[in-house]
Amino acid sequence: MILHELISYDVLRVIWWALLGLLLIGFAMTDGFDMGVGALLPFVGKTDVERRVVINTVGPVWEGNQVWFILGGGAIFAAWPPLYAVSFSGFYLAMFTVLAALILRPVAFKYRSKREDPRWRSSWDWCLFIGGAVPALIFGVAVGNVLQGVPFELTADLFSRYEGAFYAKFAGLLNPFALLTGLVSLAMLVTHGAAWLSFKAEGVVAERSRRFGTVSGLLMIAGYVLAGIWLATGIEGYALVGEVVANGPSNPLYSEVVRSDSWLSTYSERPWAAVAPLLGLLGMTMTVLGLRAGREGSTLLWSKLGILGTISSVGLTMFPFLLPSSLDPRSSLTVWDSSSSHQTLFVMLVSTAIFMPIILAYTAWVYRVLWGKVTEADVTDSHSAY
Amino acid sequence: MDLDIVELSRLQFALTAMYHFLFVPLTLGLSVIVAIMETVYVMTDRPIWRQMTKFWGLLFGINFALGVATGITMEFQFGMNWSYFSHYVGDIFGAPLALEGLMAFFLEATFVGLFFFGWDKLSKIAHLVVAWLVAIGSNFSALWILIANGWMQNPVGAEFNPETMRMEMTSFFDVMFNSVAQAKFVHTVSAGYVTASVFVLGVSAWYLLKGRHEELARRSITVAASFGLASALSVVVLGDESGYATTHSQQMKLAAMEGMWETEPAPASFTLFGLPDQEARETKYAVHIPFAMGLIGTRSLTTEIPGINDLLDKSEGRIRSGIIAYDALMTIREQRQQSSPEVRATFEAHSADLGYAFLLKRYVEDPREASEAQIMQATEDTLPRVFPLFWAFRLMVALGFSFIIVMAYFFWRSSFRQQVYPRWALRLAVFIIPAPWIAAELGWFVAEYGRQPWTVDGVLPTALSVSHLSVMDLLLTLIGYVVFYTVLLIIEVALMLKYIRKGPFEDVEETRLWNIQHQQMLSGNQDLSHQTQALRE
Repeated sequence: MILHELISYDVLRVIWWALLGLLLIGFAMTDGFDMGVGALLPFVGKTDVERRVVINTVGPVWEGNQVWFILGGGAIFAAWPPLYAVSFSGFYLAMFTVLAALILRPVAFKYRSKREDPRWRSSWDWCLFIGGAVPALIFGVAVGNVLQGVPFELTADLFSRYEGAFYAKFAGLLNPFALLTGLVSLAMLVTHGAAWLSFKAEGVVAERSRRFGTVSGLLMIAGYVLAGIWLATGIEGYALVGEVVANGPSNPLYSEVVRSDSWLSTYSERPWAAVAPLLGLLGMTMTVLGLRAGREGSTLLWSKLGILGTISSVGLTMFPFLLPSSLDPRSSLTVWDSSSSHQTLFVMLVSTAIFMPIILAYTAWVYRVLWGKVTEADVTDSHSAY
Repeated sequence: MDLDIVELSRLQFALTAMYHFLFVPLTLGLSVIVAIMETVYVMTDRPIWRQMTKFWGLLFGINFALGVATGITMEFQFGMNWSYFSHYVGDIFGAPLALEGLMAFFLEATFVGLFFFGWDKLSKIAHLVVAWLVAIGSNFSALWILIANGWMQNPVGAEFNPETMRMEMTSFFDVMFNSVAQAKFVHTVSAGYVTASVFVLGVSAWYLLKGRHEELARRSITVAASFGLASALSVVVLGDESGYATTHSQQMKLAAMEGMWETEPAPASFTLFGLPDQEARETKYAVHIPFAMGLIGTRSLTTEIPGINDLLDKSEGRIRSGIIAYDALMTIREQRQQSSPEVRATFEAHSADLGYAFLLKRYVEDPREASEAQIMQATEDTLPRVFPLFWAFRLMVALGFSFIIVMAYFFWRSSFRQQVYPRWALRLAVFIIPAPWIAAELGWFVAEYGRQPWTVDGVLPTALSVSHLSVMDLLLTLIGYVVFYTVLLIIEVALMLKYIRKGPFEDVEETRLWNIQHQQMLSGNQDLSHQTQALRE
């Protein structure tokens, strides 16, 4: 097939870098509020009916939202196989923890209200809490570690090896900077969940959500600023040296990488990139203000923009790096040397261009059908509610 | 190579995949059966069919939740436990997984919520469309997974790139329309349909035995038996198609399944029973059916099917050829653009056997330094254990045929004997509920164990595919999965039984009213409408 020559390899790589970012952002914008709602569940719902209201605001949609996560995994596999191979085996126990927490969710949603027993229900509520809070925290921890570099190296056969015993792989992840970014991620998604609840619920549940959302929103802003300062002063970055071959074969060992003073030098080279962190801060600030003022629709929108800005800021800060290696910088994975082949990237781009609009269209339709607040009466009168 | 890591990774994959496949077949089949029932409801407007849709839909939902939960693991497990596999073939293997998300998983997951929550929010037609979209989504999902798996069995449309040390896609079309994948897809979804049919049949039979919900149970049996009969036939026919495809792509797997040690003059006989002995390289006490194997495997009277001993000789030749490829690869990797055209030509000529040189990596770091004994050992490795394959395959086939008989019997009673079923038949239907799951797991066992020692047939050995992990990592997660999944399975089965015992929500009054109205429509009698009005009040 010569068709794939239509778009040059380097352009395809940049497109797939952006698409990967968009998938993660789509995941955080949609499943993010499901996780935030899960994390808030035990606190904003005191009675069984209140909790059922909280659960049913996301009940019909969380499953579709979670596909952003699954698709994210699939897209990394298809478009960035080395990233898929190195990161998931490198973050092994952290990944296992995330999966275990996520496995709890479908079961908890489906089974919770199938029995009357209060202990049964309360156990599943805590499962939903774990299924929301734990992944939100660990995703942020992972970002913090990626920014610092991960201790792996590639052999000449491109087999990836890691430094340290198995527990070090997990305990080592939980360093102060990564814990901070984990907190930022958790606070961001909790705020997003609160914005969703104030939009979909009413009365005391919405009221409590706004209170929790305000606090987590402020935490998020403070943490984000702190992490930015830390990045500027305390953490070394990475840089490609020598001639950058953007069209070359995907072999990370062909490029030379050194440690640089700071990741934030990106912003002197590409000042426009500052739009991302500014949008992140603006979005979260407006979310907090909106929650305080009791605005509903616009607050949810601002919270989405905040997520867009925050996640983009990480990607733009690191570009072209995907996964820097602290053990052997030369092994670092970048946009130019860790993609699929030219043809695979092209085939996958065409498929995405066809199916993504269809997905967005029917997802929008489903949200429209389910438009409106979930009330206590909805939950108690319905046979189909969770 | 640390074999503990390899064995533990295999065990973990087998466990999580087989666990996942406890829920998948029922999802595949029940989604379609539920959509069929709802179609009848929308076409006839009979309330009983809506009650059936809701009841079987409820059981579908309980099962679906665990299918989703255990499926999450699968998407990430390749990267976690099979890092080198992911690197080596991700360029091809990742694409169908991503496409599954795009085309199938989004569809099924987005609409499954609306299926349960949308009864009061959607028109009848819209809800029916949603039900079918869930069914289509589930089945598409199987399509892409089987394309991915089919490629591991028959790696077409790809070639090795020395610069990136991995396989890269040369033709997406070939990967998608891989004959092995297509046969496997229809075989697998049909197996799912049989599973769901046996499930619906068995549960309905139990209701009839108990004298409960007879209206619903009889109709459900009719749907299950007709759908099940068609599917059971399809499983066997497409299973045969799969076997036919295997004759060309995986000769060793076929020979091992059949316990065929020597190449027989065509057409070969089929061994019905026997005890394969790996050490002695013979199948003891074998009962043969003349010509059958040749006919099934090649669909001709003159084509030979190679036996294990000849195939082992072939493997040895490929290992030696692979060593030449490996040697050329090392030169090319060192000199990159400067490597001579001769070396490149040598590599091209032998690159198809490169994977066979990798078999030696279990015994020696550099395959070029392998001793004769090591080459013989690697040759032996290309033969999987024959005994379990031989028997797993036969058991699966026997179960497959038994489903045809059961479904045909119930179809006959349902169509020509006024839906009257003898008690022994109903008891049998309850008794065989677990059988399709056993058959499905055996099928996967034959497909995956039979491919050993490869993860990708002839391309990448299993021993080389793993991640750089410690035994502790793997043990911890293995125990985690076992405990976690077992608890979830117990809860699932308990809930399933609870809702089966509780039975469907039958609105008797609604059904009665509908019947009266229906009578009135048929007879055109106006007086009855007053009666109906009175009844409503």
